[in-house]
Amino acid sequence: MSCNNSGSNSANHPEETAEVPPMPWFGMDIGGSLTKLVYFEPMDIPPDEQDLEVETLKNIRRYLTNNSAYGNTGHRDAHLQMNGVYIGGRKGILHFIRFPTSEMPNFLDLAKSKGMATLASTVCATGGGAYKFEQQFLNEVNMTLHKFDELDSLIRGMEFIEGYCSSECYYWENPKDDDKCRKVTFDFSRPYPFMVVNVGSGVSILVVTGAGKFRRVTGTSLGGGTFLGLCCLLTGCTSFEEAIKLAAKGDSTKVDKLVKDIYGGDYSKFGLNGDLVASSFGQMNLEERREAVSKEDLAKATLVTITNNIGSITRMCALTEGIERVVFVGNFLRVNTISMKLLSYAMEYWSGGALRALFLEHEGYFGAVGCLLELMRTSNGDQSES
Amino acid sequence: MEGPVSSKNSDRIASLPLHDYTEVFRNLSNARRFAIDIGGSLTKIAYFSTVSHRRVTLKHPDEQGPELSPTSPSKSNGSEEESSPKFETNLVGNDNKIIKATGGGAHKYTNLIKEKLSVEVDKEDEMTCLIKGSNFLLKNVSDEAFKYDKTRKNKEYQFQRPTRNIFPYLLVNIGSGVSILKVDSEEQYNRIGGTATGGGTFWGLGSLLTGKTSFDELLDLAEIGDHRNVDMLVQDIYAGSLTKLGLEGDTVASSFGKCMLDKTFDKADLVRSLLFTIANDIGQISSLYALRYGLKKIYFGGYFLRNHPVSMSAITFSVNFWGKGEVEGLFLRHEGYVGAIGAFLIGMEDEQDGSWAENFIGSSGHLCASGPGSSDILSSIERLEIDKLEPIGFFPLLKSSCDYTPDTLDLSSDAEARDYWLQCFQAWIDKVPMRAIESQQNTPSALDRALRCRQKLLARFQLLKTYPFAYGTLSVRSLLDTIEQTLREYDFPDPYLAQKQLENSVAISEFEARIQYLDTLDDPVLELIEEVSQILEGPDNFGFADARNKLQSRPWLIDGIDAWKDRIQNGPPHKCVIIFVDNSGYDFVLGALPLVRWFLQRGTEVIISANTNPALNDMTFAEMLPVLEQISEKPFTGKPAAQSVRPAETS
Repeated sequence: MSCNNSGSNSANHPEETAEVPPMPWFGMDIGGSLTKLVYFEPMDIPPDEQDLEVETLKNIRRYLTNNSAYGNTGHRDAHLQMNGVYIGGRKGILHFIRFPTSEMPNFLDLAKSKGMATLASTVCATGGGAYKFEQQFLNEVNMTLHKFDELDSLIRGMEFIEGYCSSECYYWENPKDDDKCRKVTFDFSRPYPFMVVNVGSGVSILVVTGAGKFRRVTGTSLGGGTFLGLCCLLTGCTSFEEAIKLAAKGDSTKVDKLVKDIYGGDYSKFGLNGDLVASSFGQMNLEERREAVSKEDLAKATLVTITNNIGSITRMCALTEGIERVVFVGNFLRVNTISMKLLSYAMEYWSGGALRALFLEHEGYFGAVGCLLELMRTSNGDQSES
Repeated sequence: MEGPVSSKNSDRIASLPLHDYTEVFRNLSNARRFAIDIGGSLTKIAYFSTVSHRRVTLKHPDEQGPELSPTSPSKSNGSEEESSPKFETNLVGNDNKIIKATGGGAHKYTNLIKEKLSVEVDKEDEMTCLIKGSNFLLKNVSDEAFKYDKTRKNKEYQFQRPTRNIFPYLLVNIGSGVSILKVDSEEQYNRIGGTATGGGTFWGLGSLLTGKTSFDELLDLAEIGDHRNVDMLVQDIYAGSLTKLGLEGDTVASSFGKCMLDKTFDKADLVRSLLFTIANDIGQISSLYALRYGLKKIYFGGYFLRNHPVSMSAITFSVNFWGKGEVEGLFLRHEGYVGAIGAFLIGMEDEQDGSWAENFIGSSGHLCASGPGSSDILSSIERLEIDKLEPIGFFPLLKSSCDYTPDTLDLSSDAEARDYWLQCFQAWIDKVPMRAIESQQNTPSALDRALRCRQKLLARFQLLKTYPFAYGTLSVRSLLDTIEQTLREYDFPDPYLAQKQLENSVAISEFEARIQYLDTLDDPVLELIEEVSQILEGPDNFGFADARNKLQSRPWLIDGIDAWKDRIQNGPPHKCVIIFVDNSGYDFVLGALPLVRWFLQRGTEVIISANTNPALNDMTFAEMLPVLEQISEKPFTGKPAAQSVRPAETS
C-alpha cells in the first residue's frame, strides 16, 4: 500500500541512531494461532556497505522480498507493504508476513536452511509464543528472543503506523446497506482517548488515554479462535479464509432465533426490533431445522454470534469508560468485511450514533511492528557476547 | 426469552395418567385463579385455592375438654405448581373465566386454551411477570435466593434471608436468549440489555456438535467433559513460563481455540466447553451491566440454569472474576416459577399483603428434582406450595430485622449436627401414629392417616439427609415446621393435644403447693438458679445424670446466668419483661407462672408470649388463655392487676 509519508512524521521517526542492532531487523508477534512477522528491508544501502553485507543476509533479504508465499502456509501481505519508512536511522521498506503458529517447526527449519544461525542476532518478539518457543529459537537458529510486552508493542505499533499512513484508519459508512456501504478514511491524527479491541484468538480490550498511556479493561475468550474452532467443527473447513468464504454465502437467520420468531413481531414494550437475534443458534435444537441448514448458514451464524458478542462487550466498556471511538484490530478482521460491517452497525445502533467503530489497514501486525521498534531501543550488548 | 414448546414435549404431556396429576395438582378442585407460563421447555401453572383443615377449638374449661372441630374453618393457601399437564375441561370450574398467560409460547397456544377450556386468555408481558414473580419470591419465601460456590465443600449453598429491602437489583433471565433487567422498585424496571448467546445457543450448538437433542442430555454430557481439551488455555500459548509472569495457566485464552486443528474431539469435552463459554460470557456481560449501574446483586434465572450445579458454578466463577468483588451472583430456588407467579399476581396486588410461607410438604425440593437421571415424568414435575398466613411482623425490639437469624444451628453445612437432629426427629416420628391416634380416639380414619403421615415424614427426612439444601437452610425450626405441616396435612392439627391437657391439669393442681413452697424462700429466683446449677453441676441426686452428661460445663456458648443474677440482685426492678413460654404442663404452670408472679410482685409488667400454632408439646396461645384464667382464680396468685399480664402470640 502507499503511505503518504508527510514531512512532519518522518522527521520524528529517524530514531536514536547511535547504536542499532545488526541486520536483519525483525519484529515478531507469536500468537496462539498466527505468527506475525515484520521485516525491515533497508533501501539506503550505500555501495560500500552492500559489498560488506554478508551473503546470508542478502539471501534472506532476497528470499523474503521476492516471494509472497513461503511454503504452504506462510504469506506476505504485499498490499500492506510500507515504503520509505525510517527506522533506526535507516530508510527502507516494511514487509508484513504471517504464518500459523502451528508451523513454527517448519519456519525454524527454513530459517536454518537459509543460514540464519550464522548471523547471531536478536529478534524482538511478543505474544505467548515468545516464551513458548524461546528455547527452540536459540537452539535451532541461534537467535535470542528479546521479549516485549504484548500490549505495549500493540499500542506502540499502532501509534507508529498511524503516524506514517494518513489513510491507515477508516470506517464503514452505511454498514447495513450493501449498495451504499463504503469504506471511508478517518482522520485519526488526534486520537485520544480511544479504545482498542484486539481480536486475535481471544480478545483484549484496552483504553488508550495518551501516547503510550493505556490500560487493559477487559477481554473475552470468545474471539477469532472460537470462530475458527467452531466453524471447523460445524462445517469441516480447515482455514480461516475458507470459513469466511463459507460465511459470506450463508444465511444466519435460518440458524438463529429472531425476536419475531418468538413474539411474532417486535417486542415493543422494551423496544426490541423483530429482526434482532434473540438467540444465536436458537433454532438448532430442532432436528428438522438442523437438517435444513447448510454449512454456509452455520459458518455465517458462528461469525455473527462471535462478532455480536464482541460488539456487546465492547459497547458496555465504551459506555462505562465514556469513550466514543473504538478501534478494532487483530487478524479476526482480515478479509472479514462481514464482521467489520456488523460491528460498525452494532456500535452505531445501540449507542444511538454516539459510538464509532474504526478499523486499521494493518489490522493484525501492530504487535510485530511494536517489537521491531523495541528492537531499535535495545542495546546491542547482549549480541556482542555471542 | 423463551421459545415455543416443542411438539415432542406435548406428546409426553398427553400421556400423563390421571391419578398422578391429581396427586400433583393438590387442591385443584377449589382453585379460583389460574396463570400459565408456557416456556421454551416447560410449562408452569400457578393457582390459588382454599383448603380446609381440621382445627382444634378450645372450649371454656368449664365445658368438657377440647374438641376437634369437624366443620373446620378454612385456611387460604396459595399454590404454585409446575408441570406439563393436559387440562381437563372439568377441572376448571365456572368461576374461572380468565386465565393469565405468559411466556414465549403464550401467543402460540392462546387459541388452543380458549377452545378447549372456553375461557378468556389474558396475555401478560413476560418480563413484567418475571419481575413481579421474582419480587414476590424474594420478599416472601425464606431462603429463596442463594449463592452457589462448589469450592466451599458442604457449604456450596449460602442462602439469603428474606427481606423487604430487595431493590435495586439486576435480574438476568437466561432463556433462549438473555435479558438483563434493572429492577428499581415494584413499579420501576427496565430491560437495559441482553445478549443472544443464551440457553438456545447452548441447546442449538450443543445439538449440532454432539447429535444429542435433549437439553438434559447435553447437561449430563457437560458434567463429565473437560473443556481443557478443546479450549486454548493461556498455558497452551505460553508453555512453561507462567509463574514468572503471574498468569493463571488454566485461564481460557480462546474458547474452542484448539478445534481448528484437524482432529476429532470428545463430545463431552465440547459440550463442557460450550457450557463454560456461554455461562462465562453471560456472567461477564451481566457484571459489566451491574458495575455500570452500581448494582450489587444479580439474580440469575431462566431455563438454561434450572439450578444445575455445573451451570451455576460457571456463572458464579464468572461473576466473581468480572465483578471484581463488587457484585454478587445469586440464584433463586424457585426460578422456574417466577413467570407463572408473576402472571398470577398481576391484578391482585392488593391481596399480596400478609405473610406467606413455603409449605414444605406441598413443595418438591427443587435442587434435587432437577438433578440428572430424573427421567420419569412424575419425578420431573416440580411443585411449590406457598401458604398465605395471617400477617406476621418482626419482633419490634430486634436491632435489625433484616439480618436476624432465628436459628443457632445451620444443619445444612454442619453434618454432625444434621445427623444428630435428623436422628432425633426420626425416633420421634416413629411414635407419631400413637400420639396422633390418641389425639383423635373417636375418629376411625385416624390410624390410616397416621401411618401415611409417618411414611411421608420418613421419606422426607431421608431426602433431607441426601439433599440438605433442598428447602433452603436446614434448621431445627424448618424440621419442626415440616413435621407440623405434615401433621396438619393429614388432619392431625395437634397430636399432643390430649397429653398437653392432661399435663396442664395435673400441674394446675400442684400450683398452690408450689407457690406455698416458693413463698418460704427469701429470694426464690436466685435460690432456684442456684438449685438448678447444683443439679447440673453437682452430684447426681435427681437422676439427671443423662442430661448432665450431654451438657458442657460452664461457661456455655451463650451464658448470661451471672449477668442475670447480678441484675436481679443489684439492679432496680424491671419495667417490663417478656417471657417466651415453651412446654405445657410443669414447665409452664410450675416454672414460668411462678416466675411471672414473682415479677408482678416486684412491680414489673409481664408479657407472656406463646406460639400460635402447635409444635410438639409446646404451649399454644389458645391453650394458655384458659390456663391463665384458671390460675388467676386461685387464692395464692396474689391477684395481680389483670392488665399487667399481656399474653402475646408468636409464630
